[in-house]
Amino acid sequence: MTETATEPAKRSSLTASRGGAAGDKVFSGLALAAGVIILMVLAFVAIFLVVESLPALWPEVFSDEESIESADTFWQYVWPLMAGTLIASIIAILLATPVAVGIALYISHYAPKSVATPVGYVIDLLAAIPSVVFGAWGMTTLAGGVVPLYKWLHEYLGWIPLFGGDAGNTGRALLTSAIVLAVMILPIITSLCREIFIQTPKLHEEAALALGATRWEMIRMTVFPFARAGIISSIMLGLGRALGETMAVTLVLSPGIFSWSIITSGRNATIPSEIALNFPEAFGMRQSELIAAGLMLFIITLVVNMIARWIVNRHKEFSGAN
Amino acid sequence: MTTSTDTTQRGSAPQPGGTRKNSLTAGQMPRWTWIAVAIGALVLAAGLTALLGGGSFSWTGWLIFAAVLYIVGMYVTTYAIENKRRATDGIWRNLVWAAFILALIPLVSVVWTVFANGLPTLLANPQLLWTDMGGVTGADDIATQNEGASLQGGFLHGLAGTLMITLMATIISVPIGLLTSIFLVEYSRGGWFSRSIVFFVDVMTGIPSIVAGLFAFAVVELFITTFIGESPRHVQMIKMGLTAAIALSVLMIPVVVRSTEEMLRVVPNELREASYALGVRKWRTIFKVVLPTAMSGIASGITLAIARVTGETAPILVTAGYAAATNWNPFSEWMTALPVFIYRQLMNPTAPAAGLPSADRAWAAALVLIVIVMLLNLAARIIAKAFAPKKTGR
Amino acid sequence: MSKRIEAIDLNVYYGNFLAVEGVNINIEPRSVTAFIGPSGCGKTTFLRTINRMHEVLPGARAEGRLLLDGEDVYATGVDPVTVRTQVGMVFQRPNPFPTMSIRDNILAGHKLNGARMSRSEADGIVEKSLRGANLWNEVKDRLDKPGSGLSGGQQQRLCIARSIAVEPDVILMDEPCSALDPISTLAIEDLINELKNEFTVVIVTHNMQQAARVADKTAFFNIAGTGKPGKLIEYDETSVIFNNPANKQTEDYVSGRFG
Repeated sequence: MTETATEPAKRSSLTASRGGAAGDKVFSGLALAAGVIILMVLAFVAIFLVVESLPALWPEVFSDEESIESADTFWQYVWPLMAGTLIASIIAILLATPVAVGIALYISHYAPKSVATPVGYVIDLLAAIPSVVFGAWGMTTLAGGVVPLYKWLHEYLGWIPLFGGDAGNTGRALLTSAIVLAVMILPIITSLCREIFIQTPKLHEEAALALGATRWEMIRMTVFPFARAGIISSIMLGLGRALGETMAVTLVLSPGIFSWSIITSGRNATIPSEIALNFPEAFGMRQSELIAAGLMLFIITLVVNMIARWIVNRHKEFSGAN
Repeated sequence: MTTSTDTTQRGSAPQPGGTRKNSLTAGQMPRWTWIAVAIGALVLAAGLTALLGGGSFSWTGWLIFAAVLYIVGMYVTTYAIENKRRATDGIWRNLVWAAFILALIPLVSVVWTVFANGLPTLLANPQLLWTDMGGVTGADDIATQNEGASLQGGFLHGLAGTLMITLMATIISVPIGLLTSIFLVEYSRGGWFSRSIVFFVDVMTGIPSIVAGLFAFAVVELFITTFIGESPRHVQMIKMGLTAAIALSVLMIPVVVRSTEEMLRVVPNELREASYALGVRKWRTIFKVVLPTAMSGIASGITLAIARVTGETAPILVTAGYAAATNWNPFSEWMTALPVFIYRQLMNPTAPAAGLPSADRAWAAALVLIVIVMLLNLAARIIAKAFAPKKTGR
Repeated sequence: MSKRIEAIDLNVYYGNFLAVEGVNINIEPRSVTAFIGPSGCGKTTFLRTINRMHEVLPGARAEGRLLLDGEDVYATGVDPVTVRTQVGMVFQRPNPFPTMSIRDNILAGHKLNGARMSRSEADGIVEKSLRGANLWNEVKDRLDKPGSGLSGGQQQRLCIARSIAVEPDVILMDEPCSALDPISTLAIEDLINELKNEFTVVIVTHNMQQAARVADKTAFFNIAGTGKPGKLIEYDETSVIFNNPANKQTEDYVSGRFG
């Protein structure tokens, strides 16, 4: 107003220009550009991975060689790796989920407040421990500790193919990697679940308690229905993390060919650890093979994450989470 | 939880230890039941372990058996004395407690292992913090392990690499992440474009870290072979700090976007309207009203994102190579980050025949890495608490 | 420093939904005008079209003409930002900027726009605005404390001071007392009586006693039913609206028979 008051009386004070209009355009343009960059980065991730994988996927067409280096066809090379990745991640999820949901319930509904707050804080800090540290722990401490268990499993449950192989003395088997993965994703699933559990409407909980429900009945009646989609999506996010986790597996597992036995060292491998172990020295066709394996991993995690989102969206209307 | 609806109807049930009949406490177990069950479980478990162990007594086995027996025993006892509902309630309470204790074991073990292995080494050899591995050979480590010579080398190059790579990644990610979330919250009006950004940011959150590494490698490779040259010398250039920073940015951007978006959304609309009503332009409103109000949350989110990428190993492993000497320049030559140093020292010890000195260095480095990450997390909490705008305190 | 507001056949839409239909009104300068009516009748929506604040909501637009001293606010080439420097607004809930001190809150309209001013000039604006909002004596010793530390009524007066600091011609108030206790409300009403010496004041209120106390003229808005547009039913001297309304709907509303 101070500026417009001095304008000649004839001109409309409303159309008088005020500084800064250009700033609006520039800044909204910048914000838009940042969004575009993100979309481009993702498109590039996909395109680059595909382009660099092509020589391995169709060696006859996209390279000078007849076939890939490590096997006759790419699928022959990659399926044991995919199987190893999936088996390790699924075992990790099966081990971690009940415990994680239990701790989340412990923090949100069982522990006294003076215990729950520090425990929640510690869980958050544990989620931040670098994966290489978990890997180092699994390699030195855990692998040695599980050998008696593996021997016992082989002796008494050896008729199950999973425990069919010889247990060995190092313990650096796929199951050990899966346990490390489980420990790693435990804090992640726990903190996600806890967030959802404590959002359960207090009114619902009190209504259930007022009807004479025990604490467990109250949890089953109010907390779980409210949190179901959230639990599933946090499990899926944990699965996504386990699938892509590299260091915990690379340091723990002594890799080898595919085998149903998950307690034998020198068997099985996962895609991330295969890449981490071999990429630094790879070139040419071998590099393409590894990038193609990375592409497979990317697709698997993409599918898992999309399923997680789909579940969350489908249940949104019922959970009352919004 | 001292009453249950059922017990009120069973006033005539036997009441052990009670002197006066009370319809509200009737039919309950005596207080000491759980102690009795626990002792029973421990004794029975000891017997079972000794029997199955065939001579050798396993303490771990004993505790596991005892826990299982206790949980089952409590269920049966409660079922018998009280009723099924309370028994179910009890078994789940015990299982939840068991989950908590079970999870503590490995997590405590991880922290303990790092401190027990890393702290003595670091205290005895503080020079690890300011020396690098330049000139350290297998012969030195063999001398350390077999003849008791002092521990050589260190991880200054790892600290330098982690610092530079994380710094570069932050410089790339923060502006892109901030601007994107500003776009999502302040400018977009829920159209297909912003919805697809939200979707793809979610997809990016799920990109495995090693794939991010491959991506950065492929991008820089394409860039260098197209614009600079294809000779082996040029291909060598692909692996540098910047490539690793690009890889980390792919992991960091979605974290920054999500946390900033959340923080911007909780800024009350009334503040924006107050600013607009004063005739303030949108971009100035965002810069001077919205961002300062959300700043503590944004800064804490960014710090957490930095903490997350600081611990990443895989993407740096495939993009930055592995150097023994300190390199402060992220634009040329190989670079070692602290996590990669830990990994390499454990997997490929400097002296393959004498791995202990390498393992010592790795554990000391792991301790330093954990301390750095924890400090960053702590800093994030302090920022969020201390710099939050004052609530309506009167 | 005070302007006449004229609306001519003004329609307001949210997307395709017609929220307010055919408003014709002429608001005198240096007066207090109250908008009353049941919830959802479009009083607030119409109020926000006066300084184009409705445009902040996605899909909202206005048709027709709205003149400030004869100049159309919706003419092509008019920047809403310029309109808002001439037409200030006070909101339902007090909203001082939480990151700023009391002093900076007053100066926000200048500082956020990057204006440079000397220390004494700024001090002058702060004191003048705070005195204008009857707040000076209460806060002069703690100008550097955050504005969010004041009581609700003080915060609302701070917001009024903030909007008069940019020297607008018109002040719009959207239920400024609905979140306040009776004593703070009284302080604001006294203030409104003083403000009309300098500004054109338009106030939306749900409280008919308040309208009767503060307003020179009163406009009654009503809505025929859910999904129907709100309309201006009657606009006259406040005493006429409350004692001798021409329209049956107005009579029912002010006598409490409906709404």
